[in-house]
Formats: sequence, C-alpha cells, structure tokens
Amino acid sequence: MLFTSYEFLGFLLVVFLMYYIIPGRAQWSFLLLASYAFYFMADPRYLIFIAITTVSTFLAAKAISDKKLAFDAWFKEHKKEYEKDERKALKAKEHATEKRIFLCCLLFNLGILAVTKYTNFTIANINQLLGAFNDGEGISFVNLIIPMGISFYTFQSMGYLIDVYNGKFEAQKNLLKFALFVSFFPQLVQGPISRYADLSKTLYEEHRFDWRTVSFGLERILWGFFKKLVIADRILVPVKAIIADTDTYTGFYAFAGAMFYALELYCDFTGGIDITIGVAETMGIKVTENFIRPYFSKNIKEYWNRWHITMGTWFTDYIFYPISASQFMMKLSKKSRAKLGNNLGKRVPVYLSSFIVWFTTGIWHGASWNFIVWGLGNFVVIMISQELEPFYRWFHSKVHVAGTFGWRLFQVIRTVLIMSSLRMFDCYRDVPLTFKMFGSIFTDSSLAQINTEAFIGMGITGYDYLIVFVGLLILVSVSLIQRSGSVREKISTVAAPARFIIWYGLLMATLVFGAYGIGYSASQFIYNQF
Amino acid sequence: MEELLEILGDLHPEVDFTTEKGLVTGGILDSFDIVSLISEINEEFDVTIGAAELTPENFDSAETIYALIKAKLDDED
Amino acid sequence: MKRLLAIVLSIVIAITGLWITTKLLMPKYMSGILEGAMIAEYYDDPTDHNVVFIGDCELYENISPVYLWENYGINSYVRGSAQQLIWQSYYLAEETIEREHPDVIVFNVLSMKYNEPQNEAYNRMTLDGMKWSSSKVDSINASMTEEESFIEYVFPLLRYHSRWNDLNSDDFEYLFHKDKVSFNGYYMRVDVKAAENVPEGKPLADYQFGENSYYYLDKLTQLCKENDVELVLVKAPTLYPYWYEQWDQQIVDYAEKNDLTYINFLDYQDEMGIDWSTDTYDGGLHLNLAGAEKMSDYFGQILVDDFGVPDRRGEAELDDYWNGVIERYNDEIERQTTNLEKYGSVHEPDEQ
Repeated sequence: MLFTSYEFLGFLLVVFLMYYIIPGRAQWSFLLLASYAFYFMADPRYLIFIAITTVSTFLAAKAISDKKLAFDAWFKEHKKEYEKDERKALKAKEHATEKRIFLCCLLFNLGILAVTKYTNFTIANINQLLGAFNDGEGISFVNLIIPMGISFYTFQSMGYLIDVYNGKFEAQKNLLKFALFVSFFPQLVQGPISRYADLSKTLYEEHRFDWRTVSFGLERILWGFFKKLVIADRILVPVKAIIADTDTYTGFYAFAGAMFYALELYCDFTGGIDITIGVAETMGIKVTENFIRPYFSKNIKEYWNRWHITMGTWFTDYIFYPISASQFMMKLSKKSRAKLGNNLGKRVPVYLSSFIVWFTTGIWHGASWNFIVWGLGNFVVIMISQELEPFYRWFHSKVHVAGTFGWRLFQVIRTVLIMSSLRMFDCYRDVPLTFKMFGSIFTDSSLAQINTEAFIGMGITGYDYLIVFVGLLILVSVSLIQRSGSVREKISTVAAPARFIIWYGLLMATLVFGAYGIGYSASQFIYNQF
Repeated sequence: MEELLEILGDLHPEVDFTTEKGLVTGGILDSFDIVSLISEINEEFDVTIGAAELTPENFDSAETIYALIKAKLDDED
Repeated sequence: MKRLLAIVLSIVIAITGLWITTKLLMPKYMSGILEGAMIAEYYDDPTDHNVVFIGDCELYENISPVYLWENYGINSYVRGSAQQLIWQSYYLAEETIEREHPDVIVFNVLSMKYNEPQNEAYNRMTLDGMKWSSSKVDSINASMTEEESFIEYVFPLLRYHSRWNDLNSDDFEYLFHKDKVSFNGYYMRVDVKAAENVPEGKPLADYQFGENSYYYLDKLTQLCKENDVELVLVKAPTLYPYWYEQWDQQIVDYAEKNDLTYINFLDYQDEMGIDWSTDTYDGGLHLNLAGAEKMSDYFGQILVDDFGVPDRRGEAELDDYWNGVIERYNDEIERQTTNLEKYGSVHEPDEQ
C-alpha cells in the first residue's frame, strides 16, 4: 500500500476515525491491530518476519532487564559480604550472562536481515569470482522475499535491545506494547528509525481529540503530499529518461540529471517522512524529526547530521561509538601513536571506525556495489574535509569571508554538488558506468546541449518544468522561514482568511498539479526499497 | 581537571571549555571529537569509557566529563 | 456564532472551489470528439420515448430519430456512445426503463465481441455523462480497467486534474452550459468516403462470444421480459468491423431460444438501397446521413409493422419538441454542406 494510493488514504481515514471513537485506553491496542493489518495487506508472509523479530527481541530484552534488576537488588544487599575482587568477579559474571543473551538476539536478528537482503548479492559476487575459473556456471540465485521495511524495523528493535543491555531503561514488560513500537505503521515502510525512549513517551498514552494537534498533523501530511506528488514524481520522469539512455544523455545532461535527482530524492524522502510524522501527529503521537533543511548544510559532516538524522545517529550510537570505544581500538590507538607519532596515530582509530560505519551505511541502503562505493565516497569526502580543516582555519585567518552571505552560499552549493555527485551511484546501473557518466560531465559538456527541446523530450512539458520551478521556490521559501521556527506555528497566528487561503491553495495545488493517477505512473517512495 | 582542559583545548582552541555547557547539544563536539577525546582520556587517565557512556549528558561540559572520569577512577579502587 | 459562520463559509467556499475546478478540468467534448457529450444530453430531453436504441456507433451513426419522427411519427432516442460495452448498454437499459419505460429497446450486438473492460477513455465517455444512480455505480464497477479507481468517478478531478496544461477556450466557454451535439442521440455526418476493398475478416482462433458478454445479454433479455419491454437485437449493415458468420449464428440461436427478434441488416443492404460508394463517410465503418436515412426508413417500417410503434405526430408537446430538433438538424446539414464546399471537410478549419 503506497502512501500515495487511494487505499492508503482510505485506510488512514478509517484508522483515524476509529482511533478517536474507541475508549482512550484501547487506542494503543487498536494501533497495533491497524499496523498489523497494514502489514498484512502488503503481504501476509511479512507478518512472520516481523513477529519473529518482535518476540525474540522482546524476550531477550526482558531477560536481560530482569537479570539486571535481580542482580542489582541482590548485590545491594550482599555487597558487604564480599571483598573488592570478589565483587568485581561477580559483576563480570553477571555481565557475561547478559552479554550472551544480548549477542544471541542481536546476531539472530541481524542474521535474518542479512539473509533476506544480502544472499543474492553474495551469490552474485561469488559467481563473479568463480567466473574466472569456470564458464560462468555459477550458483543460482534464491528466491527470497524481502519483508517490507525490514531494515527499518530491525534497526529500531536492535537499538532498543542495545539500550536495554546498556541499562539505559528497563525493558518493556508488555509484549503487545513492544510489538506496536516495532510495527507502528506510519513509520514501518521508510522510517524514521525511532528510539524507544522517544517514541514510547507518546505512543501508549491516551489521546483525546485536539483540533490544533490534528490540524497540524493534517497540514504536515498535505505538505508531504505536495512535495511528493507535485515536485518529486514530476521531476522523476526526466531523471529516469536521463539515466535510462546513457549514450545520449552525457555531459551537461548527466549533470542536470544529478541535480534533478537531488531535488527528486529530497522531495520524495522528506515528503514521505512528513506524511509519517503528520499521520502520527493527528493521533497525538510524536515521531522524531528526520531532516533539518539538509541542503543548507555548510559541509558534508553537517549534512549527515541533518539528513536522515535517525539513521545517522543510529549508526553513530550503535556502530561508530561501540567500535571506536572498544578495547581493540584503544589498544590500536596506543600502538599507532607509538609507531606513527601522536598526530597521525590518533587518527587511525577514528578513520578505521568511520570506514566501517560508512561501509555498513552503504550496504544498508542496498545490496549492491553502487551503494558500497557511495558509502565509501562519503567516507572519503568527510575525511578530506577533516584533513582540510587546518587549511580552512588558515584561509579564514587570512581572508575574512566566513559568515558572509557569499561564503554561506558557496558552502551550500558545495554541499549540494558533492552530495549530488555521490548520489549518481544511486542512479546508474553499475559503478564503472557511474564513473563514466560523472567523468562525462567534465569532458562532454557543451553549451550546445542546453536546449529546451531536449529537456521537453524527456517526457514532461515546459509547463511541468515551470511547476517544478515554482515548487522549488515555495520549498526554498518555506525552508528559509523555518529557520526562525515552525512554519505551521506561524501559519496558525495569521488571520483566518489568510490561513484558509494557504491551506486551500496547498490542497488545490496538490490535487491539480500532483503527478498522480492515470497518465502518471505511480512511483514508490525511493526509500521503500531499503 | 587541568589535564582534561588541556586535551579539550587541543581539540578546539577557539572554545572556552571552562564555561561552555553545551558541548554536544550545542554542536561543538562532534562524534569524531568525542572518539578522539576518549582515546586521549584513556591515554592520560588510564580509564576506559564505554560506548554506552557516550551520551550528550556526559559530554556536554568539561565538568560532566570530569565527573565521569572521576567516577571511573573511584570505581577502580 | 461568528466562528460557526466562518466555518460554514469556509466549507462552502472550499466545496464550490473544488466543484468549479472539477467542472473546468473535465473534458467538454464540444468540438473534435463529440461522442463524449452524448450520454449526458439524454437527460435534458423529454422522456416517454416509444423506442430507445442502446449501443455503440453502429446505432448512433446509423439511425436518425429525426427521420423516424418525420416519416413515421416514431418518438425515439439513441442512447449511444463510442465503443459502448454490453454491460454498459445493460445498465443504460436498466436506467432507461427506470426513467421512462419504452415499448421497444433496440440493442446492437456487435459489442458481444468484447468480454472484458477495454479502454479507460471510452469508459469515461459512456460513464461520466450518466446521472448518479445504482445503474451508474454498477456500470462503473463492471467497466473499470485495472488502472482505474471508483473514487475517480466520484471525484472526476482526481482523473482529469492533469488536463490543467491543455485547457482551451472550450473549457471556459462550456463551463456551465453545453451545446447539443446530437439529434436525439444521432451523430450526423454528411460527407462521403466510399467503401472500397473492405477486407474480409481474418480467421479467428475462437468465435465463441465470452461468458461475460452472454451474462449481460441474458440480463438484458431478462430485464426487458420482466418489464414488458420488447427487446430487438440488430446488427447494423456497416461493413467493418467484420461480422463473422459464426458470430451471427450464435445470435440467431440466442434469439430463437429466447424468443427475440434479431435483424441482421447486413442481409438487407439491397432492400435498404445502400450504396457503399455514396452512403458512408469513412469507407464502410459508419453510414453518413444519406445511409442513415435509408436504414431508418427501412427499420422504421419494421418498427411500425411488426412492433406496432404508434405514430405520435399531432401530440402538441412532442410536435413542439421535434420541430426544434428538426430545425437544428437542418441547420447542421446546411453547416456541414457549406463547410464541405468551402474547405473540403465538414469541420471548420480551426476545429480539429
């Protein structure tokens, strides 16, 4: 069920009405039912996967949590009976059992993720390697189903498990409540990857109908649909045309394709998240923000703090920190400092951890070399900018441009260009082709390529480009206004007629100019596939 | 505390760490800084800080970081 | 109180805005493809027809109710639309009987060859014009292709929103009113394009009409029986699409079994006096005015003789109504003939 289908809107309407009709204490149970129904309608077989992850994580977390509590209580009472060394040993023993449970559950669930998502990729690579020795007769691919949103709900559950293991909070005692946390339908398909500590604050509460909250949610949903339908799905047409015909569309076209894709992906992904957050909001539930105007970032590191935030922090908290704070890394750090000197040596652990994180981020996005190279590309760019920091410091001490509008603009353009270039890996069939197309921007571009007819020939009309352009202006304006606080708050303070015009204008623009229905092919939100 | 301030000063010479209370929440220390920091602390104080302790609350000011180190040191003996 | 007023006012403005936008964006079918406007026209005219023809272009281009009125006093209407599928004909018949209960319903059997929903654009031309009723709902459900959604029929804006970039002066001119494009359902053409070398039909793998087609033909038969309406099956005399022997036999058998009249006008071309070098405007697919009047003449006699359709000339109200139609009819003949002389086409040059 796509977010942009009539079925979804109908489903939403029913869920929404029921949610406020039933007694408040039944609301969360009803949401669980709705979430499972949502998943069931996509494919009944998916339910098995999400149920296994839910139950295993629930049991493991509960076991760990119970043990922790029991041990702490016991330890408090009997502490004095033991010597210091004995106390340490007791703690270590307790920790070891917890760790066993934790690792079992973690590996089991990551295993499911790995098997469903990466089996065929692995087979393809093995075949490639073996191909040198036999005549291409490789292992045949297996036909596995990839449950919808598995990357998202697995990460969300594992985040919870790790937090419980680390003693951040006690495990949820109610299996059904936990099941809702894992399967909450608005965010099931494409995130955000919520933290239990955040989402649980409002997920299980009783919510009374509150017009302000509901209208804010609806507004957010509408804004999401506007971005998705009016801009993303429209500009997707030339993006597809450009990447489909790599013989014709080289040079400047490849560049234009990358730029269009930057806009498409932003509108598609943030639009989807707007719908998710808006839907949750109409039910009084607060889902973490996933984007803060990422294209306005001054560098790539900052960009990754503002784009798909919940994924970024997940990787930082649950992969980057554990690796870089591990015993191994500490030892490595000591060794490399001794061998390579303080300055160079202290970089080794950070760089190594980053490398692992970006490799993982890449492969999490998709089982292909394109994504791995894309992830490592990010790694390289971030490392370079890290190394250039002294240079920039020197530069700013000589030339006083920092903080000026021109310099900010330069930074923003630089961010957009770098990210768009890296994202070309998203678009083209394989890695060599991506490099070729990227190269062609510098070798094959000519002014002659910039002619209107060629762009019209990509499947949308001049009017469509005009709509996209106007949409872009609205987008930028909204982002600029947003810098000083919530746009919806601001709208809520303007006079009623003006408010009406804004809402109604947005609704009509989406209805009329949205690229949906017959004549436009329904396109999935890009992130559904991860 | 002196040693800690020195380590922090090496990371960001432009920041006054004696007064700053929003090192993480204010975006002064990023994840790279934090990782460098814990390896320096490991070097200097010989205490190991686990990944679970790398929270904004623990790293938002020099004081909180110092408190974390101190707690670790106390725990050792 | 003031707040309530504001809310009500906002809702009214919002709905009006949506309604006007929908009206504006829906295709008008006032020039070029006129067929899309025909179904809706039916509702404006007086009902109480004695004969209603229901079916595809083989009726609405081949039978002229004006001629039937002028020569036989038959008060009739053609509820035709382009590529009207049999379930659509059935539901139109259901609706017609509900509204006016005619004596005779004539159905053209060519559409028996379509067993499944075919084409979204043609669906729209048949269905959009219908007034809302259970017949329309059922017809939509029976007709939808896979890409269509019911809600797009309820809110046509969802279907036609993408027309924003081909709005033209017609869309504004005909926003709130429409001109008549047909003459009691008859689509007129006066030009001639002779039928030459009409190909024989290619052999088919299977000549059996589909189950679904029969299902609706049965329903149609049943409906007419129950309501005491005479159902007449016809096959128009046009040469193409090809009407196979095997198809014809199935209809002959069906008519016999169900005690219906079936007239295959292909067999009466000579009796009607149809001359394929002068009586068609598109090489044998459809008759032109001359051909349609010949067929109407022949069919009219059958309707009077065999079905006792009364001559209603002299009923003041009907005379009045028909005089208006006849006037438009003659004006249209005049207009098309003039255009033909001036531009070599019945259309004005700016009309596509």
